[in-house]
Amino acid sequence: MIRLEHVTKIFGSVMAVDGVDLEVPTGAVCVLLGPSGCGKTTTMKMINRLIPPTSGKIFIDGRDTAETDEVTLRRSIGYVIQQIGLFPNKTVEENICVVPDLLGWDRRKSRARAADLLSLVNLDPAIFLKRYPKELSGGQQQRVGVVRALAADPPVLLMDEPFGAIDPINREVIQDEFMKIQAELKKTVVFVSHDIDEAVKMASRIAIFRDGRLIQYGTPDTILAHPADPFVADFVGKDRTLKRLRLIKVRDAMMKDPPKVLGEDTLETAVARMREHGHISIVMVGPRGRARGMIRLDEAQGRKGAVSEHVEPLPGVIHIDDDLRNAVSMMFSHGANWLACVDNDGFYKGYVTQRGITQLLGASYRD
Amino acid sequence: MAAVFPSSAMRLLLLAAAFALGAYLQARGVLPGIMRYWSDIVYLTPQHLELVAISGGIATAIGIPLGIVLTRGPVRPYANAITQFVNLGTTIPTLAILALAMSVLGIGAPSAIFGLVVLTLLPIVLNTVAGLRMVPAHLVEAARGMGMTSAQILFRVEIPNALFVMLAGLRTALAINVGTVPLAFLIGGGGLGELIFTGIDLMEPTMLLAGAIPTGILAILIDLLVGQCQYWLIPRGVNPLR
Repeated sequence: MIRLEHVTKIFGSVMAVDGVDLEVPTGAVCVLLGPSGCGKTTTMKMINRLIPPTSGKIFIDGRDTAETDEVTLRRSIGYVIQQIGLFPNKTVEENICVVPDLLGWDRRKSRARAADLLSLVNLDPAIFLKRYPKELSGGQQQRVGVVRALAADPPVLLMDEPFGAIDPINREVIQDEFMKIQAELKKTVVFVSHDIDEAVKMASRIAIFRDGRLIQYGTPDTILAHPADPFVADFVGKDRTLKRLRLIKVRDAMMKDPPKVLGEDTLETAVARMREHGHISIVMVGPRGRARGMIRLDEAQGRKGAVSEHVEPLPGVIHIDDDLRNAVSMMFSHGANWLACVDNDGFYKGYVTQRGITQLLGASYRD
Repeated sequence: MAAVFPSSAMRLLLLAAAFALGAYLQARGVLPGIMRYWSDIVYLTPQHLELVAISGGIATAIGIPLGIVLTRGPVRPYANAITQFVNLGTTIPTLAILALAMSVLGIGAPSAIFGLVVLTLLPIVLNTVAGLRMVPAHLVEAARGMGMTSAQILFRVEIPNALFVMLAGLRTALAINVGTVPLAFLIGGGGLGELIFTGIDLMEPTMLLAGAIPTGILAILIDLLVGQCQYWLIPRGVNPLR
């Protein structure tokens, strides 16, 4: 856990950080967000004492950082910067092992760990360990930058716009990789960003800064749904409600245990089942429960025969672990107002409707 | 680097030219003339090299630490003023420096060495400063953020990344040094200058050449040597030559 108590930094006559109180729970990713010059980077750098606070206290796991030797402190905190800062005179392996070497770890142990860490970010150790940074692409360099920070297994990670200089496509990939690693390692991360989308994607908490002051601190959904003031509302964007779609998984928004029919059922059965649930269409599943197609009420009414003879294609199928943003995008591109939700094996698990999503998003504004 | 590793065609051409020149000189009786001074060359070359080694060693021992100090926090603002002062060593004519040194330190090797040090200091200091300043600030920040001490940052990050430029300075310095050592003879410092200046005084061109040619060869050999050090000593990651 990281706790900032009324931390202030004054450069000359400029109040860079003004009385910030902040608590980052263990295992959380806290994104410090704000326009440039808002004090977010200064705040982060005070945690590993690259910048000494003018006043206030910072605790990591209950220990006052001011009472720890600064070199020891920094070796126990992973540090990733936007310019990556890999040492060009060292190989990838040597770069990853910088902190373990400083700590005097056994060489064989640290080298083996470097290889493990590289595979963690999908870089083949056999190819990359002996390369120099200049022989890597930007995205590969930043992957090495991230695992270098993890090398000595520090409980706390500070990241200063780590993915800011990477092209958008690679950035998404690296963000996803990092989230996967973080889900496994559960580090306490303080992450500086000016990109609201990145913050919404990565953060378990977002801290919004303006002119050195902490304006709002909360979960991404709270920040997006209830911005504390016009500045925050403006910063997170007019489309902030759409951004919330990204925070919700299809599995949490869908209607579970949906009515369904089998191919050999008769149309009368299908009509009866739709009437029973008040639906105007119903999904046909295969013998083991895979979504195969659909029957419309107005098409089936008054007709006879098996469902499999009148089945139509589904308007769209979405995976239950996708987020609602993709679901809505698919609805718009298919002109559908509902989607069938399936799991990894294609089994029909439920459905999402436009109206359902609207109500879900609206719920947080009503209460 | 092209000068050190010429292409194979170029290399053949150079060898042929050297051979032709040698044959011509042999035919004119210049080479046998020079060989008459062989014992002098053998005696004076080590003296010459000793002057280079001592003055170069002292200049490096002063220049590199001075360059490092000039890039450290408290001295930084005065760095330009101090390099200007060091620059005086190159601005004042070499002979004047030697004459001044002689008037204080007397005749002999010490004043020669003093003069040579003053002369070779500047490229070493300047390139050390330039090399260290070229190390990107974010590397130093990353190193500090990872928990390196200032000394570790200097030796593990700054110097390795500045080494190429620093060695280039040393290379220039030694080239100047070797070429200037003959002047040491004028204040009794010894070296191959003895053959050169005596040859001039006696109007004996072969004697002059017996001093000048080895001096030239030494300059080329030392430059080659430092060039090879530059190539092999500097890690591949920061070596523009590899």
